[in-house]
Amino acid sequence: MLRIVSQCVAGPHRRDYSEKSPSQHTRRTTVRHLLGSRGRRSFSSTSSRGADITLTVDGKEVTVPQGSALIQACEAAGATIPRFCYHDSMCLVEVERSPKPVASCAMPAMPGSKVFTNTPLVHEAREGVMEFLLANHPLDCPICDQGGECDLQDQSMRYGSDRARFHEITGKRAVENKDLGPLVKTSMNRCIQCTRCVRFANEVAGVEELGTTGRGNDMQIGTYVAKTMDSELSGNVVDLCPVGALTSKPYAYHARPWELKNTESIDVMDAVGSNIRIDSRGVEVMRIQPKTNDDVNEEWISDKTRYAYDGLKFQRLTTPLIKRGDRFVSATWEDALAAIADGLAASGAKDDEIQGVVGHLTDAESIVALKDLINRLGSDNLALDQPGGNAAPVHGVDIRSNYLFNATIPGVEKADAILLIGTNPRHEAAVLNSRIRKSWLHTGLEVGLVGERADTAYGYDFIGEDAKALSNFIAGKGLFVEKFKNAKRPLIIVGSALAEHPDGKAMYNDLAKFVEKNKDKLVTPEWNGFSILQRVASRPAAYELGFVPSAKASKTQPKFIYLLNADEVDPKSIPQDAFVVYQGHHGDLGAQLADVCLPGVAYTEKGVTWVNTEGRAQLGRAAVSSPGASREDWKIIRALSEIVGVPLPYDDILEVRDRLWDISPTLVRYDVTEPTSQEIAIAGLKTLATQTGGAKVAGTPLRKPITNFYQTDPISRASVTMAQCTRAFVKGENYGFSQVGKGPQAAFA
Amino acid sequence: MFKASSSSQTLLRASALSARIPRPYRAKLVARSLATVADPPVRRYGGLKDQDRIFTNAYCRHDHGIKGAMSRGDWHRTKDILLKGDNWIIQSIKDSGLRGRGGAGFPSGLKWSFMNKPGWEKDPRPRYLVVNADEGEPGTCKDREILRGDPHKLIEGCLVAGRAMNATAAYIYIRGEFYQEASHVQQAINEAYKAGFLGKDACGSGYSFDVYVHRGAGAYICGEETALIESIEGKQGKPRLKPPFPADVGLFGCPTTVANVETVAVAPTICRRGSKWFASFGRERNQGTKLFCISGHVNNPCVVEEEMSIPLKDLVEKHCGGVIGGWDNLLGIVPGGSSVPILPINKCAEVLMDFDSLKDAQSGLGTGAVIVMNKSTDVVKAIARFSHFYKHESCGQCTPCREGTTWMMNMMDRMVEGRGHVREIDMLLELTKQVEGRTICALGDAAAWPIQGLMRHFRPEVERRIAEFRAANGAVGFGGLLKKDADDTLALPDNLGLRLPEAEAASPALEQPRA
Repeated sequence: MLRIVSQCVAGPHRRDYSEKSPSQHTRRTTVRHLLGSRGRRSFSSTSSRGADITLTVDGKEVTVPQGSALIQACEAAGATIPRFCYHDSMCLVEVERSPKPVASCAMPAMPGSKVFTNTPLVHEAREGVMEFLLANHPLDCPICDQGGECDLQDQSMRYGSDRARFHEITGKRAVENKDLGPLVKTSMNRCIQCTRCVRFANEVAGVEELGTTGRGNDMQIGTYVAKTMDSELSGNVVDLCPVGALTSKPYAYHARPWELKNTESIDVMDAVGSNIRIDSRGVEVMRIQPKTNDDVNEEWISDKTRYAYDGLKFQRLTTPLIKRGDRFVSATWEDALAAIADGLAASGAKDDEIQGVVGHLTDAESIVALKDLINRLGSDNLALDQPGGNAAPVHGVDIRSNYLFNATIPGVEKADAILLIGTNPRHEAAVLNSRIRKSWLHTGLEVGLVGERADTAYGYDFIGEDAKALSNFIAGKGLFVEKFKNAKRPLIIVGSALAEHPDGKAMYNDLAKFVEKNKDKLVTPEWNGFSILQRVASRPAAYELGFVPSAKASKTQPKFIYLLNADEVDPKSIPQDAFVVYQGHHGDLGAQLADVCLPGVAYTEKGVTWVNTEGRAQLGRAAVSSPGASREDWKIIRALSEIVGVPLPYDDILEVRDRLWDISPTLVRYDVTEPTSQEIAIAGLKTLATQTGGAKVAGTPLRKPITNFYQTDPISRASVTMAQCTRAFVKGENYGFSQVGKGPQAAFA
Repeated sequence: MFKASSSSQTLLRASALSARIPRPYRAKLVARSLATVADPPVRRYGGLKDQDRIFTNAYCRHDHGIKGAMSRGDWHRTKDILLKGDNWIIQSIKDSGLRGRGGAGFPSGLKWSFMNKPGWEKDPRPRYLVVNADEGEPGTCKDREILRGDPHKLIEGCLVAGRAMNATAAYIYIRGEFYQEASHVQQAINEAYKAGFLGKDACGSGYSFDVYVHRGAGAYICGEETALIESIEGKQGKPRLKPPFPADVGLFGCPTTVANVETVAVAPTICRRGSKWFASFGRERNQGTKLFCISGHVNNPCVVEEEMSIPLKDLVEKHCGGVIGGWDNLLGIVPGGSSVPILPINKCAEVLMDFDSLKDAQSGLGTGAVIVMNKSTDVVKAIARFSHFYKHESCGQCTPCREGTTWMMNMMDRMVEGRGHVREIDMLLELTKQVEGRTICALGDAAAWPIQGLMRHFRPEVERRIAEFRAANGAVGFGGLLKKDADDTLALPDNLGLRLPEAEAASPALEQPRA
């Protein structure tokens, strides 16, 4: 959890204006405010890695790149340096010929200097600082949620004195708690004013309201005018806080860290595939924390990822259900599967009239199982749970680079101009958005937007919100064109909503031609700046597996529909006489439409493959056992295939993964992204241009696909915490009470 | 109010001192024997003549506007100084021996030369001179007189110093409370622009230079150079970590030098009258003249320009009409503003007012703010008041300072009434050592030093109070808890010192007084 520090320290920029090496100063010094921007950007260029220097730490020689902080050199030498933040001086070390101990996080490593991290002076200095830190820290560790995973606890054990000298009758500092919203609980007496949260909020999350007021011992962290911390990344401050001042509100007093089992897994709330650690006790998920992966989520996760887990406890389908009249009755697996076989026969569905629909939270194994099942039943009707999902997507699925985030997530930071089309990354990929913000803050990144205006946490040039705006941009009109042209590594981020839009075809056509025309910059062997940002965890895998209907099938009216985790379907799109099967883990919309419900398991309960928007396959792991009679999803489909007479040829998960390998080897090459070669990417663009040619422009404006970030899938819709967030941040505290105070009762209040 | 002429009375008084400090005229009184090995002439410092004064309108008796300033010699052939070039100006300042007048006493010529590193011409960033007029040190009021009476000296100084470091502009950061001073400076800037002394082609030298005034909002810490830079940038005044030093990355990320008002304002006169002239005052390595501000228990508190290395006693007697109640009524003097340790009377009679002499006496020249305390002073309370000040002004960035200043303040408050344990004196000293040198800026040091000075010289007084309080109230534990208030039915920690056998024994009769 100390990585924010190292990021601030080691990253090129601690302050807006400072740089680690004086010789690499920025040439532009004006401070500009962009478009009512939320942030202040500096124009310091990213400093290039300098030559290496050698110094001695505790008698051991180390070589570090020039410009490294002393703390990095010490770490390189294997010496552990305690720290909380920048200036609390826990990281003091002794340097030869320096009269006083120096803060190693701030001091650049100098060639030839001799550093000591384990001398009496250093020990005494750290003990002194620790004593000061504890002087105003309450002794409430037994009831503190941070207890057991507290930096202050650990460091005071290691570096602190064994007895107290603070007995002042004036007592300890008392600070009022702040209301930061339904996610972050504050206990400000415990704050040691390291300002990590402030720096995170300002530099990463873009919540500039959080800051410090007052000075010295009266300094307080807060928003000055009482405000909640309205950010989709706010939960990260809980991880950052080295003490128990900021803790998780939903998790408050629920568990102790040593009681929890940690399982490293993958998040499915968006298509970023954030690496997470699921902490569980028994059969219950107690909390979810980020797992560091610099190529994906760095050390952050979004609030939905972190807090939607309580939705796993409510509305669960725990037993197979069969509809009798207008009621569901629970059934055994045998009965339920038999009922489906009967229903399939009774519906008379044949060929393309048998439809499979894959929803948002479906793993790759279940998708391939369903695809094989539907195909074996003689149908090609493979639909996705999205607007227009009954037809093949306009970008096609034959060439990977047409539907994946080709620039890769870390690649976003290399871009110097970004054009967003029909997307609000802040809600569709919150963690990715923080990378854009980071780049925007620290480099001269320019951002343009075609689509509905949104608060993105960085400034952007608004180009327009319909197909016409895009074609104007392509024709070279507007202010942003010049910036985009001058960029060395331009990046186009196309939202997944574009493919669902009536004008999606026309816009894809424009884009494909534009990218092909500018391929010397946009599609080179090193850089592919044409990237699609998927927002749904299952979709990249579904495209990868070719889970799309044939042209004929997409026009067929289905009579048998198999909804696999599909909870966003339009009920009107389901024919009245069709037989509907729902397989999933929550009794959400899809289950209501079903004739038979099969209980699957949620992402915390199964070990399966998830493919993120870059095409990166990652393995999730089961943290808890599945509730009730629910079963892993691919197994349900495998069992059903037996009953309906088309048995699937795999009996265990490894065989399923062999089948994945048959279709696309990338699905079993874990944790890496496989770039598409330049030739294929360009061929893909040509195909895209031909396929989408001749589309008429309706002129409908682009709309954000996510209106409420906190509730996008069955799990987050079932979550109480997410409902509270919705009320606090999306709909307002008085949502549903709009008549209060207006009616006659107000007179008696 | 004019402090130039010395009265015969002070001379008489000074002669009483001759036993301790050798003086040149004493040699004349002594009849020479045949063995004429002449003692090297012992130089006596002080007694700055009127014609050697730099700040001729320090008391604002005359016109502070451009007309009056020019009649006093400001802006006289500034163009020629500018045309001599940066190296010449910096060399002059180096030769003059000028050390920064803001407190730390860093050699000014050297500091300014940091701006002209090899290859600086290729750096396209603008370069700034920042003048620190955020005079907030308790006891100090010298810059204020310059801003009010001689603002043109400062503006001209900005131009000369700016030329020396090839700056493009100067920012004058004036303490928010100094309203009139800011007005006078702004008036001087406007006049200078109008007269063509500033702006494009300043003084006709072909050099462009702008001067801006920035008013502070009332924080002592903004007098620290990097905090001041942050404050000008519109952020909270919190010191930055160094390195990078401001000469590399300063105001708005550009090379910057922060200098005190007095340092900058004396530069044109040094260039005009020559570095030799300036260096002729004061001892080696402490040359020049300096504004001293004497306050406290003197008959005539004043700000006066004097030669460096003037004996402290001379300064007090000659310009301030002596200590109230006579020199023997003196208790102690804080020689350089609130952040330096106090000196007891015997040291006060010996020290010279310069950086090295005061350093040898374990104090410091600081800003030259002499705070005189006679025996009517409650010295513990006075130092406790300083602790309150530093607690209030600590920015809170560094843990040792944030927590340490509060803790020290609480302990000093108890020491005032003697509510404590004798062991806590040493603990307090240990705390000051724990703060000192562990912080980004010098505020932590400044908070620690006065307490160290107090305990060094007035420890018996503190011990006496503790003993008196004990006699009146019974045993006192660590942290100030009275034994009689301690409720034995509660689970009190056993490390409060309430049952220490020494605690009972620590009566004034048995306690050995310490040096």
